[in-house]
Amino acid sequence: MKPYLRDFIPVSFADIPEATAYEAGYLVTKNAGWRNVRPVIDAQKCVGCLNCYLYCPDGVIYRDGSKVAIDYDFCKGCGICRNICKLNAITMEAEK
Amino acid sequence: MAISAKTLNETEFFYGHKACAGCGGSLAVRIALKVLGENAVAVLPAGCMSAVGFNFPQLCFGNNAIISTFAGTASMLTGVEAGLRAQGITDFHAVGFAGDGGTADIGLQALSGAIDRNDDILYICYDNEAYMNTGIQKSSLTPFGARTTTTPAGKNIRGNLRTKKNLFEIVAAHGIPYAATASVGYLNDFMRKVEKAKHIRGTKYIHILAPCPTGWGVSTDETVDVAKEVVDCGLWYLAEYENGEFTLNHQPKSFSDVSAYLKRQSRFKHLTDKDIEIITQSRDKKWEFIRKNFK
Repeated sequence: MKPYLRDFIPVSFADIPEATAYEAGYLVTKNAGWRNVRPVIDAQKCVGCLNCYLYCPDGVIYRDGSKVAIDYDFCKGCGICRNICKLNAITMEAEK
Repeated sequence: MAISAKTLNETEFFYGHKACAGCGGSLAVRIALKVLGENAVAVLPAGCMSAVGFNFPQLCFGNNAIISTFAGTASMLTGVEAGLRAQGITDFHAVGFAGDGGTADIGLQALSGAIDRNDDILYICYDNEAYMNTGIQKSSLTPFGARTTTTPAGKNIRGNLRTKKNLFEIVAAHGIPYAATASVGYLNDFMRKVEKAKHIRGTKYIHILAPCPTGWGVSTDETVDVAKEVVDCGLWYLAEYENGEFTLNHQPKSFSDVSAYLKRQSRFKHLTDKDIEIITQSRDKKWEFIRKNFK
C-alpha cells in the first residue's frame, strides 16, 4: 500500500492510539515546503524511459500513461531527476 | 523477464519520509521494498532510515516495519522470521535495513550470528560511510582520508587514518548462501540482486553504497552521479558471492580519475597529492586481488 495523507491528525492525548504507531502508511504532513526549486517535465521531450521515476529517492515521480508526472506534495526538489534525464526534459524552476 | 523500471512494482512502500533531499539511503530502501513487495517485513535499527520513517504519528512505510535496537537488526530479523513461520505464514520476506555503523560496528555480532544459524532473512546495509544520523562520525566503513566530525582534517592529520573495513568479504567468509555489493548509481544491478536474494533460502546480505549529500559534501542532485563515479573510478565494485565463489558483475574498461571523484566532495577536499596517490595505490592493489580471485 502506498502511504497517503490522512484527514485525521491527532492533537490531544486522547487522540493517540494505544500503540507505538498508527497503521502502516499513515502520513500527516507534506514535504513540499522543503524545496526552493521544483522540477518541471517537458511532456514534448519526455519519452517515458522512466529513469527519473527509478532514481527519485522520494518516489514522487509516477507513471502517467506513457509519460511521468510528479507529486509536488512530497517532492523535495533535490534535482536528481533533472540530472538523470538524458533528454533534458526536466528543468528546475524557482518556487515563488 | 529481467527486472527494470518498466516491470518494477508501481506501488511505493517508502513514501513521504523525512530524509534529506537527495538521500541515497532512502533510494536504496525504496527500491528494495518495491522489489520485495508488500509482504516484506522491514526491520530498521537506530539510524537515518528509522529516524526519517517513523515520526509519530507519521509512519512512512506502506508495509510492516519495526525499529530494532541498534545492535539487534539481524537478531530481530531472526525473531520476525521465526514468529511468522510459527504462525504458519510463509509468504513474506524478512528484510533489514541498517547503515554502515549499524552493520559493520554495532550490529556485526548479531549479523554474524544470524549468518551462522543461516536464518532465512535478507540483510541490506546502506553504506553512507559514516554515522550520518548523529552528525557524521567515523564508522569502520569510512574510507581513508575522509573528514568526519570525529576525524577532522587538520595540519598534521588529514581526516580518517584507517581504511574501509572489507565487510563484503567478511560476510562472505561465513560461507553465506548469497552476498553482494551494489551502488545506488547502478540500480538495475541492485534490483537484480534483491530479486535474486528474494528467491534464495537462508541468509542473504547486500551491501549498497548510498552517498549522503550532507555528510559527503556534494549537492543534492549529485547523489546518483557520485555513486556511479565511485564504481567507475574503481574505489567500489559490484560483485556477488554465491556457492563459495566471487563473481565480478561490472568490469570498468579503464578507471576514471580518482582525484576527480575525491575532489568533488568536501569531505576529501583537504587531501594532498600524496594522499590521493596512497588511495590510488590501494585501489590498484584491491583490483589485483579482485582480478585474481573473482570470476
